[in-house]
Amino acid sequence: MRYLLIAGALLASVLGVSAQQKSAADGIAEYRKMLEDGNPAELFEAKGEVLWKQRRGPRNASLERCDLGKGPGIVKGAWVELPRWFADTQRVQDLESRLLTCMETLQGLNAVEIAKTPFGRGEQVSMEALVAFISAESRGLKVSLPQSHREEQVMYEIGKRAFFFRGGPMDFSCSSCHNQAGQRVRLQDLPNLTVNPGDGVGFAAWPAYRVSSGELWSMQRRLNDCFRQQRFPYPGYASDVTIALGVYMGVNAKGAQSIAPALKR
Amino acid sequence: MKTTFIGLAALAVIAVGCAATQPLPSSQELDQKALTVIKASFREQGIAKLDRLDQDLGQRACSSDKPPGADVAQQVETAALATIKWPVDGRYLGDWKEGEKLAQNGRGATWTDKADAANGGSCYNCHQIGKAELSFGTIGPSLYNYGKLRGVADPASPTSAPIVQYTWGKLWNSKAYAACSNMPRFGHAALLTQDQIRDVMALLLDPRSPVNQ
Repeated sequence: MRYLLIAGALLASVLGVSAQQKSAADGIAEYRKMLEDGNPAELFEAKGEVLWKQRRGPRNASLERCDLGKGPGIVKGAWVELPRWFADTQRVQDLESRLLTCMETLQGLNAVEIAKTPFGRGEQVSMEALVAFISAESRGLKVSLPQSHREEQVMYEIGKRAFFFRGGPMDFSCSSCHNQAGQRVRLQDLPNLTVNPGDGVGFAAWPAYRVSSGELWSMQRRLNDCFRQQRFPYPGYASDVTIALGVYMGVNAKGAQSIAPALKR
Repeated sequence: MKTTFIGLAALAVIAVGCAATQPLPSSQELDQKALTVIKASFREQGIAKLDRLDQDLGQRACSSDKPPGADVAQQVETAALATIKWPVDGRYLGDWKEGEKLAQNGRGATWTDKADAANGGSCYNCHQIGKAELSFGTIGPSLYNYGKLRGVADPASPTSAPIVQYTWGKLWNSKAYAACSNMPRFGHAALLTQDQIRDVMALLLDPRSPVNQ
């Protein structure tokens, strides 16, 4: 806790002094540098590694046999190739939906129940740690989602349509904020997600530790809060629209270097 | 029997091969698939009901990476213009101080907001407005000196009427002037009340407002 307070104070001092002359991104970059050896996401990564290896659930099994796309148990490099097609489930799955599959088939946990659990509670807390660990194992690698399977291509097309889908009382779509580089909401820089926004930006920055809330946010949680602010109804956890958007953003970000789990305001 | 088995195995291989390589569905079929996925993926939460996914003409026309054709855009703008409710008493301007509060307030209409809570205007999310506020977004144009730049010395004068009415219309239903405007339809979608819109109008057009200093 003390650690987080110090981190928050550091960020406040960096942003407070300079945010109004520099962009918020500059402030965050400076803050990241100061914390280079101490991103609080590391605490989640360590916990996630323990959870990956720990025997849990009704079947008292670990997740070490989980196939994240590169073969059972292979974690390194898996994150930068997700979402992708999985033959055993006959679905395109992102990291979180794939973890749900593994938690159910290997450990005997209830995937539907976990998906219904609010963020920050119960097994969703395990999920945060697991995505931190798994994404960190791809740190520095380039985003490279496979697009050879027809269903991966179909999900890209669905994701593109979902990205531009306007609705709700404010007529917003993802595209309202994320179709041009250099735009801001208040002081928050907005990446252009219709193209590769660059190394460590947009898709290549999530999951991330959020200083403002002291939480580790997966891509699922990032998308969930985007839809909240878009004034949409509530997207189901690991629902197909969120996976399709992951495919669309991930394929567009091909070649971007992943810094996940990144540090965010 | 053995031949049959090999035959079936070969067919299975072909079937799997086809599933991975057959051409993508047509663009219209993908539109339909996307709509099905979107409708199936959301649930209602708090005040955010599923009818928020039911698109009207303008939302549908502005939901791709390409703008709609000129005829459709015209149709959207004409329909939007017809929805604008003009102030019955002819009073367009309220209190700029209240308008500034609304411009600052980004609350409202999310699933974490209450139904009876008053919405803000979220103006600073996208626009520069008053010069004192440095935390402003850039999705919309700067509105600093909005009235002054447009020569509004007296908002009640007949010469000011066109710009005053346009501004009211833009706030009420932005799509009347640009079919795919990024701006919410504050009056039409009941995000702001008439009185709140009057206050935002004053922020932009009252010569005493800091916006016009």
